[in-house]
Amino acid sequence: MTSERSGADILIETLTELGVEVVFGYPGGAVLPIYDALFKQDKIRHILVRQEGGAAHAAEGYARSSGKIGVVLVTSGPGATNAVTGITDALMDSIPMLVITGQVGTSLIGSDAFQECDTVGITRHCTKHNYLVKDPAELEGTIREAFHIATSGRPGPVLIDLPKDVQVAQARSKPMPVHPGYRPQTEPDPKLIETAVEMLAAAERPVFYTGGGIINSGPAASAALRELQALTGAPVTSTLMGLGAYPASGDAWLGMLGMHGTYEANWAMNQADLIVNLGARFDDRVTGRLDAFAPNARKIHIDIDRSSINKIIRAELGIVADVGRAMEAMIALWKQRGHKAQDLDNWFGRINGWRALKSLDFPNSTTEIMPQHAIRRLWEATKHRDPIITTEVGQHQMWSAQHFHFEQPNKWLTSGGLGTMGYGLPAAIGAQIANPDALVIDIAGEASIQMNIQELGTATQYNLPVKIFILNNEYMGMVRQWQDLTYAGRYSHSYSDALPDFVKLAEAYGWKGMRIEDPAALDGGIAEMLAYPGPVMVDCRVAKLANCLPMIPSGAAHTDMILQANEVSGEMDDEAKALV
Amino acid sequence: MHLKPESAERHTLSVTVANEPGILARIAGLFAGRGYNIESLTVADVTEDEAISRITVVTKAAPTTIEQIISQLDRLPSVIRVLDLTAMGPHVERELALVKVAGSGDHRIEALRLAEVYRARVVDATISSFVFEVTGGTEKIDKFLELMREVGLVEVARTGIAAIARGRDAI
Repeated sequence: MTSERSGADILIETLTELGVEVVFGYPGGAVLPIYDALFKQDKIRHILVRQEGGAAHAAEGYARSSGKIGVVLVTSGPGATNAVTGITDALMDSIPMLVITGQVGTSLIGSDAFQECDTVGITRHCTKHNYLVKDPAELEGTIREAFHIATSGRPGPVLIDLPKDVQVAQARSKPMPVHPGYRPQTEPDPKLIETAVEMLAAAERPVFYTGGGIINSGPAASAALRELQALTGAPVTSTLMGLGAYPASGDAWLGMLGMHGTYEANWAMNQADLIVNLGARFDDRVTGRLDAFAPNARKIHIDIDRSSINKIIRAELGIVADVGRAMEAMIALWKQRGHKAQDLDNWFGRINGWRALKSLDFPNSTTEIMPQHAIRRLWEATKHRDPIITTEVGQHQMWSAQHFHFEQPNKWLTSGGLGTMGYGLPAAIGAQIANPDALVIDIAGEASIQMNIQELGTATQYNLPVKIFILNNEYMGMVRQWQDLTYAGRYSHSYSDALPDFVKLAEAYGWKGMRIEDPAALDGGIAEMLAYPGPVMVDCRVAKLANCLPMIPSGAAHTDMILQANEVSGEMDDEAKALV
Repeated sequence: MHLKPESAERHTLSVTVANEPGILARIAGLFAGRGYNIESLTVADVTEDEAISRITVVTKAAPTTIEQIISQLDRLPSVIRVLDLTAMGPHVERELALVKVAGSGDHRIEALRLAEVYRARVVDATISSFVFEVTGGTEKIDKFLELMREVGLVEVARTGIAAIARGRDAI
């Protein structure tokens, strides 16, 4: 491009060239030149959210459900700080995101100007990388590099802070030096793959422990996992973030592992002789007490982020690579060597013994709706439509992970690492934008949904038929459950007092509002929600004091699971109280 | 309950980085944010075009944490290379201190005599004070300061450690 262009035009044109179709944003003083440039074009669709935090989560939902980057555009100061939670959420869950923030003019930076904040300082450690661009000539190169950094390697949010005068000033783009040190390793070392294949071929009690890395790697990685599983016969468990990479209907599926994982998944991890970690990171919610974690297993850890390997659990074999590429290499070598699946009958015999405990069973009721039952019925009613499910954070999230079953990747959007209440509604909006014909449901709690309730208006404005299914138990249920478990039932500030009338609230925003109170009306209510062509918010009144089980208490071993509700009471010692 | 202390090793890391605004905050903030310890940190650009800076950071941590620090630094887009000089073998570490000593009579003479032993140069002198410039390893400088305390030490400025591997190979 030889002619001079304004920074704002450079931004919009570069984003267009990079294939960006949607931007989630909110205007303000320091981004007015960009909004004017947006006004004059028709390639990029701008989705106006109701608060900048909603923009960041919507971009996450868009990215997670489509595999594309999510783009956020917000103003300086409060615009940027409101987006920080969503940016941090994207960092923790490795979601590719590009955030453009307006900034006060370069001459005003540092002067405590109106709506000024140190955006690059504030976001330095909650982005994968960030930039302050002071010269419009450098903007195009910066955007291209930011795009590359956000989407390659371990994906994450990258932020560009753009002062208002740089948006207005004219310049010719000049070539930009790229960061020479940024070379994510995606191809696995063949020698390490060889060792991994031999370890796998020799294992008697192998387990695939899969994570969000497989989802991030793309649909090919999920396909590779299915093939690798078929070749080796090994059982598969997954983290919260990896659900859908392996089909829940598969024979080798153990269910989710970890704090609220199944009995069979956690016992299989404990008794395995080989754990193959595929794009997961030994999170504390997964490992439980570290010195009791998988004591008899050798570990292979495949991760695109070198810092994940040996961070929590030492692996006998660490492989830095894109997990999809690594699995493909393992499949090729397995076939080349003519390996056959080990006889795992004995191993599956033990697994079936653990399965027989039916750890996800719960006492159902005819007088009140059990939340687990509501999710199972929702799944039964929608599974033929391959829905996209988002959640908020808490009991309903864990129940959804346990009782809603996923067959495909990119259908399950939840805030795993950061655990952000308020994620689900804007994420559902982003997912619906990316998948206009899909059924998108936010399974929510009555407390979480209020954290970004303003985004109801966004769905209304863009005619998005998002469904919100609130499991209303009038408590911040997970907090209440922990207070029962750890603090002898002292429910300190965990009751959801002064709740709004969700039906009227929905109607006030132009949504359909519904209430389901009677177990006998559950299926009919779900059908009514699904039949409505527009957005619906359902206030499903559920049993107030149901606990999310099974559960491994903080700091306990996989073998110390709580299975029965009557075990969730009492007072714990200080060591237990100090654990999250 | 009581918190338990961890065992720690001292490592000198050499980090080459893109010389760009905020890079020092990025590195220092990583250490602060993840709870790593910084004993010393120095930074200066080291190439003719000023494009690359070298940061020498001395940290104390358990061996597994050292490995983690290196991995965490290495994944920052601005970081070009991280080397653990302590793990790599023989290397030279030096720092410089400016040491102000005030006094008269015997103390003054003794300070000058000790400075000579430590090959410290006098870079400023008045009737009642000296400023010495001393270079060396951390231990030597610590020892020199310990002696200067006896003869009228009033102020110290230290650069922190710069380090480089021995032998002809460059990083």
